[in-house]
Amino acid sequence: MKFLPLVWANLTRHKRRTVLTTLSVALALFLFASLRSVVTTLRAGADVGSESRMIVQSAKAIVFFLPRSYKERLAAVPGVAAVTWADWFGGVYQDPKNFFASFAADAESYLELYKTDLELPADQKATFLRERTACVVGKRLMDKFGWRLGQDITLKGTIFQGDWTFTIRGVYRAVDPSFSEDALVFHYEVIYERYPQWVNPGWYVLRLKEPSLAPRVAAAVDSMFKNSADPTKTGTERAFNANFMTMWGNVSFLMNSIGMAVVFAILLVAANSMMLSARERTNEVGVLKTVGFTDRLLFGLVMVEASTIALGGAVLGLGAAKALYRPTGFSAMGFLPGFDVTNGTLAMGLGLAVLLALASGLVPAAGAARLSAVQALRHVE
Amino acid sequence: MKIPLVYNVRSLLRRPVSSAMTALGVALVVGVFIAMLALANGFKMALVRTGSPDNVLVLRKGADSELSSGIGRANAAIIAALPEIAAGSNGQPLASPEVFVPMSLDAATGGGDRLVVTRGVSAQAFEVRQNVRLIAGRRFAPGRDEVIIGSAIAPRLAHSAVGDTIHFGGRGWLVAGHFSSGGSAFESEIWGENEQLMPVLRGEFYQVIALRLRSAALFDEVKRTLEDDRRLQVDAHRESDFYAAQSTVLRVILNFLAVFITGIMAIGAVFGAVNTMYAAVASRTGEIAVLLTLGFRPRSVLASFLAEAAFLALVGGLLGCLVALPINGVVTSTTNWSSFSMIAFQFLVTPRILLEGVLFSLVMGVLGGFFPARRASHLPVIQAIR
Repeated sequence: MKFLPLVWANLTRHKRRTVLTTLSVALALFLFASLRSVVTTLRAGADVGSESRMIVQSAKAIVFFLPRSYKERLAAVPGVAAVTWADWFGGVYQDPKNFFASFAADAESYLELYKTDLELPADQKATFLRERTACVVGKRLMDKFGWRLGQDITLKGTIFQGDWTFTIRGVYRAVDPSFSEDALVFHYEVIYERYPQWVNPGWYVLRLKEPSLAPRVAAAVDSMFKNSADPTKTGTERAFNANFMTMWGNVSFLMNSIGMAVVFAILLVAANSMMLSARERTNEVGVLKTVGFTDRLLFGLVMVEASTIALGGAVLGLGAAKALYRPTGFSAMGFLPGFDVTNGTLAMGLGLAVLLALASGLVPAAGAARLSAVQALRHVE
Repeated sequence: MKIPLVYNVRSLLRRPVSSAMTALGVALVVGVFIAMLALANGFKMALVRTGSPDNVLVLRKGADSELSSGIGRANAAIIAALPEIAAGSNGQPLASPEVFVPMSLDAATGGGDRLVVTRGVSAQAFEVRQNVRLIAGRRFAPGRDEVIIGSAIAPRLAHSAVGDTIHFGGRGWLVAGHFSSGGSAFESEIWGENEQLMPVLRGEFYQVIALRLRSAALFDEVKRTLEDDRRLQVDAHRESDFYAAQSTVLRVILNFLAVFITGIMAIGAVFGAVNTMYAAVASRTGEIAVLLTLGFRPRSVLASFLAEAAFLALVGGLLGCLVALPINGVVTSTTNWSSFSMIAFQFLVTPRILLEGVLFSLVMGVLGGFFPARRASHLPVIQAIR
């Protein structure tokens, strides 16, 4: 402990260098945490789906509709507690860049089925269900466009041609952060009035009486429609989300390789600066050895110095990542709902910092320990 | 008077480890920078090459992708009768009414399924889309359950070899051939005859009509004619612009990532360069004082140290280019969110991207070298020489 002032004096001798090196480490770990969080958020997105809910979609591809008549038949399958359906609407608000999810849904059963995931005030729910041209909107989407409750908004249809005006009658909050708050849901009947033959379920959602029934229900549903014109593919919501996430392609590989490159690049910076410091102090090492500092002690002192920089940088970088994303509600335009730096990522970041300290301190520390006093004193830079 | 560059090179070589580490740091940043730009560029080029400026795509009014469009047979006939359309070798107008649907198909490896665009085209399509070439087998025969598969997607799908039967839409389809199209997004599609695919896909609707005009200059006229026709309710797009726009969402994400990630990395690398150069200046105080005493102007000393930093970074930049070059041509795949289906494309490293990488490294070097160089040029000579 009594040597701490010495370490501190060494660190503050080249203040600029210490600050810059610490900041590089901080930037590297900030970047590492950000990239890794993309991966963990995608994984979490794949995990959130409930095991007690199932998605029934067309076996041909997700863009195909299923007949509305399936609703009653699905409800009759043993093990199914509730059924609802929705369809992708894909409306554009003002500018195609303002992308968000909009669904036409069988509204009453939809809200009922998702009631545990959505917080929607009872009076708003009642008004929405009464009014055919009403819609409910996620809190985040409301804030993004500055909409107010009761406001009329007009979406331009990309699939269903024309302008569609909805009155916002409800604002929901997601109970689980991974459930998107960037969505708009309305009554499918609005489209039905204009295009009766075109609005059909894009997918059905089933709630099971018990999660363990999932395989049996999936088999029952798929075999029921196997030889019809619209065969189905049924899986748990979790499996559905997981499959959806694979559509991004090899994101984890990309993020991990970049993360490694970043960490390695900064390792070079940190190691370089430790070595510069060590070289400049060769004479001092000689003096210290002459006055009786042991090899071991000198080794330790350099390592402590390297660790201070690495860990200080880690705390800064990881802390910034943790403080920045979640509280500001960052979600990459809604693509990564619930983006957050997990504890696992923080632990990995700290682990990297320790490795960084070892790797950057080891060579100069060993050098300092190995040097003989005579050699060191003769050293001329 | 200028200080010769060889002085700087020799100085760098006197501290080989430190110089190498700094250059390597820059190399990694430039390597990542080039790789990410090559990814964004490859994706963009796949879509840009898909469209030809001589072609017109007609979609339903308001549809922002082929996926969300729909045009009935009667309207398709009206559109194909436009006098501005070029005539094909068989004397028929070069208009290809097409059906367009992503289908779930089994992946070649790892199980699971992939959404792949299935496009039903007319016989005219091969004259309208002139970049499509068969590379194996033959074209699908009219009136038969046959398809041809794009060369980028074929290795990623099960049962996709020529002569195999691939199953989708409740039927088996003989794979008659494979085709390429100069790296465009068509290579990630399956093509069959529109009349065969229409019933298994989405009923009596085409999604898009591709036209080849007698001259690209007629586009504005055709666009006006089509969009003013109250019967049709369609939008006309220049094909090249339309497909380029389809790449926007993903390209914006990739470019943002490239700038965000390499920007932060670059700051770290600049810090490293600053440290190295300050240390260089500190250890060469005596030398610098001698230079100044000899009559070299402070400006020359500043330029010399800046050149040293820039040279160091340049070496790193060139190394980064070398490291990133092998990624050129590597095929990767992702989902094209506007058609909701898989698109396979290549990393595309262009000379322009390499040049940007090298310039980027120079900027890092100059930024990192500036303050240390200024310190060197401002050294108080008397003190320094003691």
